[in-house]
Amino acid sequence: MKTWLKLTAIALLFYVHIAGLLFDVPRLNILNETIRALYFHVPMWFGMVLLFLISFIYSIRYLGKPSPETDRKVVAYANVGLVLGILGILTGMLWANYTWGSPWHGDPKQNGAAIALLVYLAYFVLRGSLDNEEQRARLSAVYNIFAFAAMIPLIFIIPRMTSSMHPGSGGNPGFNMYDLDSSMRLIFYPAVIGWFLIGLWIASIRIRIKTIEEKILELEDGKSA
Amino acid sequence: MEKALKIFFCLLAVTLSFGVNAQSDVEMADTMRSEGKIYVVVSIILIVLAGLIAYLFIMDRKVKKLEDQLTDKKH
Repeated sequence: MKTWLKLTAIALLFYVHIAGLLFDVPRLNILNETIRALYFHVPMWFGMVLLFLISFIYSIRYLGKPSPETDRKVVAYANVGLVLGILGILTGMLWANYTWGSPWHGDPKQNGAAIALLVYLAYFVLRGSLDNEEQRARLSAVYNIFAFAAMIPLIFIIPRMTSSMHPGSGGNPGFNMYDLDSSMRLIFYPAVIGWFLIGLWIASIRIRIKTIEEKILELEDGKSA
Repeated sequence: MEKALKIFFCLLAVTLSFGVNAQSDVEMADTMRSEGKIYVVVSIILIVLAGLIAYLFIMDRKVKKLEDQLTDKKH
C-alpha cells in the first residue's frame, strides 16, 4: 500500500477521534452523549461491507482466471472484514445496552448482522477443512460469492421490511434523525474512509505474509527435489 | 495543494461554528466539558491510537525485511 494512503488514514483517524469527542452533536433524549458512538460503531460496518465487497470481486475474478495470488487476496480481505464486523457487533451491543435496555434485543438488525458474521465465519471453516489448495481456493471463492449475496439482504433489506429499533431500518430514518444540519457527516465520512484504509493496510500486510510463506515453501520444495 | 488546505480549513471552521447550538434541557456531559476533563479522555484515546498505528508500521517494516531476505536468498 502507498505511504500517502497510510498517512491519509492516520490523519483522518486522528481528526475523527478529536472532532468526534469535542465537536458539538445534536442534543437528543435517550441517546444523549452516546450519539458520538455513531462515529466509531457505524464505520466498522461500512468498512466491513467495503472489504467484503473487495473480497467478493476477487472471488469472481478468481473463478474467471484462477491464480494463488488472487486467492490470497480473497482470504485477506474477508479476514479483515470479519474482524471489523466483530468489533461492530460488540460496540453495537454495548451501545444497545444503554439505549435499548439490553445488549441483545433480538432486533432484526442485530440478528441479521450476527447471521451474516456466522456465514462469513463458515467461509473460514470451509477453507480450513480442505487440504487440496486448488480445490480450497475454488470452492471457497464460490462460497464467498454466496456469502456476500446473503449478507446484503441480511443487513440492509430484511431489517427495513420488519420493525426494527436500529436507525435506518423498519421505517426509521438513517442519519436524517440526528444530523439536521449534517454536521455529523463531516466527521462520520472521514471515519469511514479512515477505518477502511486501515483495513486495506492490514489486509495488504496479511497478503504479503502469505506470499512470503508460499515462497519459502517453494524454495524448500526446490531444494528437496 | 494550497487550495485543498484552504477548503479543509473552511470546512473545519464551518463545523466549529455549528457549536453555537442553543442549549436545551437534554442532559449532556456539559460539566465534564466545562471542567476541561474531556481533554484527558481525548488524549488517552489518541495515545492508544498512536501506539496501535506505530505497531502497525513496525509490523509493516518487519514484513518488508522478510521480503528482502527472501529475494536475497533466491539469487
